[in-house]
Amino acid sequence: MTRALLVHRAGPAITVQDLGRPGYLARGLSRGGAADRLALRQGAALLGQAAGAALEMAGLGGSFTVTAPTRIALTGAPMRVRRDGTALVWGASHLLSPGERLEIGAVEAGVYGYLTLGGGIATDPVLGSRAAHLTAAIGRRLADGDRLPLGPDQGAGTGLALTDRPHTGGGTIRILPTAQTALFAPEDRARFEATAFHRDGPGNRQGVKLAGGAPIATQGQRSLLSETVQPGDIQMIGAGAPYVLLSECQTMGGYPRIATVLPDDLPRVAQAAPGDRLRFRFVTLEEALADHARQRPGGRVKIGTRRLLRDPAEMADLLSHQLISGVTDGRGEGEE
Amino acid sequence: MALAGETGDLPRVVPMGLGGILVQLSDRLDDAANRRALALAARIEAEVGTGALAGVEEAAPSLGSVFLRLDPLRADRVAITGRIAELLKDAAGQGTAPSRRWTIPVAFGGAGGPDLDAVAAELGCSAQAAVEDLTAQDLRVMAIGFAPGLPYMGILPDRWDIPRKAGLTPNVPAAGIVVAVRQVILFPADTPTGWWHVGQSGLRAFRPGAADPFAFRAGDSVRLRAVGPDELQALREADPEGGGARLEVLP
Repeated sequence: MTRALLVHRAGPAITVQDLGRPGYLARGLSRGGAADRLALRQGAALLGQAAGAALEMAGLGGSFTVTAPTRIALTGAPMRVRRDGTALVWGASHLLSPGERLEIGAVEAGVYGYLTLGGGIATDPVLGSRAAHLTAAIGRRLADGDRLPLGPDQGAGTGLALTDRPHTGGGTIRILPTAQTALFAPEDRARFEATAFHRDGPGNRQGVKLAGGAPIATQGQRSLLSETVQPGDIQMIGAGAPYVLLSECQTMGGYPRIATVLPDDLPRVAQAAPGDRLRFRFVTLEEALADHARQRPGGRVKIGTRRLLRDPAEMADLLSHQLISGVTDGRGEGEE
Repeated sequence: MALAGETGDLPRVVPMGLGGILVQLSDRLDDAANRRALALAARIEAEVGTGALAGVEEAAPSLGSVFLRLDPLRADRVAITGRIAELLKDAAGQGTAPSRRWTIPVAFGGAGGPDLDAVAAELGCSAQAAVEDLTAQDLRVMAIGFAPGLPYMGILPDRWDIPRKAGLTPNVPAAGIVVAVRQVILFPADTPTGWWHVGQSGLRAFRPGAADPFAFRAGDSVRLRAVGPDELQALREADPEGGGARLEVLP
């Protein structure tokens, strides 16, 4: 019988996500996929597998068991997590055995936590992806009692942890010009860079609204012809408030866009919790391309891992308690 | 053609972040520019990932432009821009003849089209005359976007240059027909909108489980056919996916 993850209690916004379904822009379907693609890749890297389908948990996790011993990885926004009552390290891989209950609570920082399972979630793909795309009516939020099939786990071993801290809490976000950037006056662009924004209220997988600055608008912004938009684009909506598009955004829009966020920095925007500060800084395309290449030696995303240290729950699994620095490959097609 | 700022002459090629470029053919709704955008997108799509277009992952036309999604580490932007300039010359003045024609039954007015009277008032005619005018138009799918399978159809005559509503309609049901700014949209799913809801069809424009989930293609020709609410109901019962919509492949 296929191994499965059993969902006993599901938080209100848990979906299956992978790297999405690129290639349907001309048909009006945005790529979708994980709101924080880096965290999805990190989960795969901790298990030594290609980035496939995992659970994305917005704000709150749930209660889970497995039908067979299963390697798990916890990445993205850190959440309170216990395995049969014992706390587990976030940003690390662990073993979950049948009969053990994994309880994932509320986020301690950030927005989106990820539960990746050895072998990945093996639900039926739609248009080449298992990702729920709620605005397109593809897939749905998980509900209590759901049973998710898992694929065969080709890997082995647990007890790895990420070397990087979670990319939560906001920060400085690098941006590039996009199609309407020049419609904004140079002083308005400078003001945009000088403003300390904060993430405003509840966002969703389509995008997040920012607040904190005086309105920034263009000339004639109500008469723009709708054209293609993409995740990372910063639309100035209404009177001129920034709205950053995320993975499940629409494919066309008529709001003026002041800039677009570098794909490597977009996870930090997605993980900014309400109130977290965000600043924006224009970089040149050359600078951005060079850094993008540095993050992807050989075309693969660089993700640092180490052996877990001094986690009593994991001691029995560890061959070594020494810190080992390593670079693990977050394999997976569909680079940004 | 060089990469230009947004204020350069049309057509222009502008960068859109790390992984995109936009070929802008027009700043306003224009039938000829849209036809050219569709022709250019088709030419690019045929060459995606090959020759000078290596590193181009997909091409998507919109009303007056074509977006190219790039693999930032593989795309040679100079070579791509050069090839686009050649394809633009080839596509100059060229339009793609529609290869498919839809006829879509629509029940106008009443509960399924609550804004019809207001639209007729904007046009300065009766609701009946507005429907006759709309169903006499040869529409063309100018772009598919915003939501999966959502067709922007037009271009309607100038008298249909009606601004969007001041407020938002909380929900237009799937397959609803809305109009504004010389365009017609058929909503694939329940949608909040500022467009005027004038009628209801039974055509599901996006069917996630189907082999080809997208009913429309950019460039399709479309005629709307007025039916009564009872007839539409019967059509929907007989044909839950299509609501009696007919698709002809043109020679």
